[in-house]
Amino acid sequence: MNRIICCNNRIFATKAGSNVYRLRIPWRPLSNDAAPLLSSQNAGNPEKESEAKQYDIAIVGGGMVGLALACSLASRPLTRHLNVAIIDSNPALGRKHFIKKEDLPDPRVSTITPATISFFKDIGAWQFVEQHRHAYFDKMQVWDYTGLSYAKYNARDADKEVLGCVVENTVLLSSLLSRVQETDLPKKIYPSRLNSMSILPNSSSSEVDSTLSMTALFTHGRLAKLELEDGNSLYVKLVVGADGGKSRVRELAGFRTTGWNYSQNAIICTVEHDVENHCAWQRFLPSGPLALLPIGDKFSNIVWTMSPKESSEFKSITEDNFLEAVNRALDYGYGPHPTPSILGSSDLFSWLKGGISKSANDCFEIPPKVIKLASERMAFPLSLRHANDYASKRVALIGDAAHTVHPLAGQGVNLGFGDASTLSSVISEGIAVGADIGEVSLLKKYEADRKPANVMMMAVLDGFQKAYSVDFGPLNILRAAAFHGAHHISPLKKSIISYASGEMRLPLFA
Amino acid sequence: MASSMFLAQRRWFLSLPRNLSNARFFSALPSEHPVSVSGPQNNVGPESNKFEKASSAPSSLKEPELAKFSAIADTWWDSEGPFKPLHKMNPTRLAFLRSTLCRHFRKDPLSARPFEGLRFIDVGCGGGILSEPLARMGATVTGIDAIEKNIKIARLHANLDPTTSTIEYCCTTAEKLVEEQRKFDAVIALEVIEHVADAAEFCKSLSALTAHEGATVVSTINRSMRSYATAIVAAEYLLQWLPKGTHQWSSFLTPEELTMILKRAGVDVKEMAGFVYNPLTGRWSLSDDISVNFIAYGTKEK
Repeated sequence: MNRIICCNNRIFATKAGSNVYRLRIPWRPLSNDAAPLLSSQNAGNPEKESEAKQYDIAIVGGGMVGLALACSLASRPLTRHLNVAIIDSNPALGRKHFIKKEDLPDPRVSTITPATISFFKDIGAWQFVEQHRHAYFDKMQVWDYTGLSYAKYNARDADKEVLGCVVENTVLLSSLLSRVQETDLPKKIYPSRLNSMSILPNSSSSEVDSTLSMTALFTHGRLAKLELEDGNSLYVKLVVGADGGKSRVRELAGFRTTGWNYSQNAIICTVEHDVENHCAWQRFLPSGPLALLPIGDKFSNIVWTMSPKESSEFKSITEDNFLEAVNRALDYGYGPHPTPSILGSSDLFSWLKGGISKSANDCFEIPPKVIKLASERMAFPLSLRHANDYASKRVALIGDAAHTVHPLAGQGVNLGFGDASTLSSVISEGIAVGADIGEVSLLKKYEADRKPANVMMMAVLDGFQKAYSVDFGPLNILRAAAFHGAHHISPLKKSIISYASGEMRLPLFA
Repeated sequence: MASSMFLAQRRWFLSLPRNLSNARFFSALPSEHPVSVSGPQNNVGPESNKFEKASSAPSSLKEPELAKFSAIADTWWDSEGPFKPLHKMNPTRLAFLRSTLCRHFRKDPLSARPFEGLRFIDVGCGGGILSEPLARMGATVTGIDAIEKNIKIARLHANLDPTTSTIEYCCTTAEKLVEEQRKFDAVIALEVIEHVADAAEFCKSLSALTAHEGATVVSTINRSMRSYATAIVAAEYLLQWLPKGTHQWSSFLTPEELTMILKRAGVDVKEMAGFVYNPLTGRWSLSDDISVNFIAYGTKEK
């Protein structure tokens, strides 16, 4: 969900209408001031800092998605020789192993789909995840507070072993970092932030510079120029914005976004049970869904969506009161347990049943009780944001920089990993046919591949959010009917699981 | 399908003089080229020298026509400009070249620069859209085109990237290089043959330029009902993407004819593929369908 976001600068807040602009601001004195504060490496000799370097790719933002791209590039034969600069001020990236086994779980977790798991295996990072805490789940129970409906999904309905795996974000990040450090990919991590980015239009008409210096190539539009807060300048063929929802790269490239904020916050925390939890639970409450996700070692993660007013309330009440509220919300609070007979579901939908689905007869279960709070409670506002473009000349956006989604299905980071995988494959295809990796025609291929998938997922999640943020009698019945439909009609259920597990791109038209 | 129209955009340059004086650019017999590049082609002499010598080649062009195509020639490298379709189809041609030539020269297809150490010639290189990727794939590339403006554009553009600045561009013809006894490991002439006056002579030149155990690759448009519908009716008359008269359907070669004339020239066609355009995705792909655009790869017979 939350990535380490880099790059926010108050000095060069240039509003860029297009991606053609050039900053000629005396940045040197400013960055010298900033260098000792921001970067321990360069603080020693700020005079020598500004030597420009050339790279094939600069990944701005060394979060989960940015590092996944680096790992993916390192794992492909045609891209493993590329020179990569990773720009992120997170000090953890400089260390080798930044998490310890005995650390309490990170409250920020991601629900990793089987598609993402196989991507991690392909890039060689899954072995590192397996060394840390992670929790597979093969069951998912979804129900709502009206007591009219519930649905239970089982991995075996879709002929799968697991529905997904819940992994703490720090585990994902450190696994990717360990993997990228282990590979031969020529890379350098810059512990800094992005100040400015300039890309000039292609020009070849005027006199030819025989020296072919970096500045000459930049002047002719063949390289992008990045200036960092620590005074370093980089010249690169391709800039990848993996710098999160408030992407600086997106802003500097002048990409517009479409989106809205939901008047909802999510409370996120880690809780402890007295038994181990192997099921993902989600209950729709009047103010929003409450999800309880297993993260292993008797811990679970809570994502509870509610109004901002309620969230500040729930954040400040005592631990005991909060735990009681959670237990109530997962049990009889707000409404009765669902009973299958209310809608006469088996009669209503029996004619639609393709085959008999075993789990359709699984009865409703009550989630394990929460006994202890294992982290602080954090509140995040929910929003949906989508960049109108993912790519332009020498720039591509991946992950939250391109799309921020409602965390409802824990899909956000899976979409980001999908982006990283596709972008590295497009770069590899480009190299195979001798293309310049910053060419817009190549990068638009990445955009064309990912945009429909991401937009579809965003639309589905937004629809879910809207359907469940209204408390209105007839709608509740409809919702219940939809639930029953999804629960009982095997092919549909199968496709919902396939979709939620990231294996299908267009659930409705597939 | 639309493929031929796109390709035709490139051809248009090559074929401009056809309407005017039926000038034979690529296969012109020596007698029809009274003045042309002479002397060694070691690419050591000053560039301006070459320009002057070569400028006689397109001398049959009318001034207004020259000005017209010169204006568009500047957009060769604008991937969103008039040549956008060509930029889009380029990766597909290169994918074919990569896979067949890696196999032919026994090079590692998983290498980023598999053609390192091989000499390639791009006959009818235009602005260098094909030459540059070949250079990035490691080949030592020579690009030739009979139109001086194209060569100028190509050279200026290639000089802006250290990996492509090694390309040798010359405003000359295949025949001239044959006279100079130049040899190349791979001779590549894409979308050129349908514009030459004598395809058989042209193939002989390509064969003569191909080194022993080298490869020859030629692509063109089939003479089929579908190519008539797409390359002529749709591209020139309905969509007006191309000036009317750009292509003469009767001058297209069928795959059988091409195979035959290459065979007579000493090149044994080993493989053939079609290019198909998907208007929904806007992407090109390789296929077995050779009814419109096709590409042939052959080896020089002993």
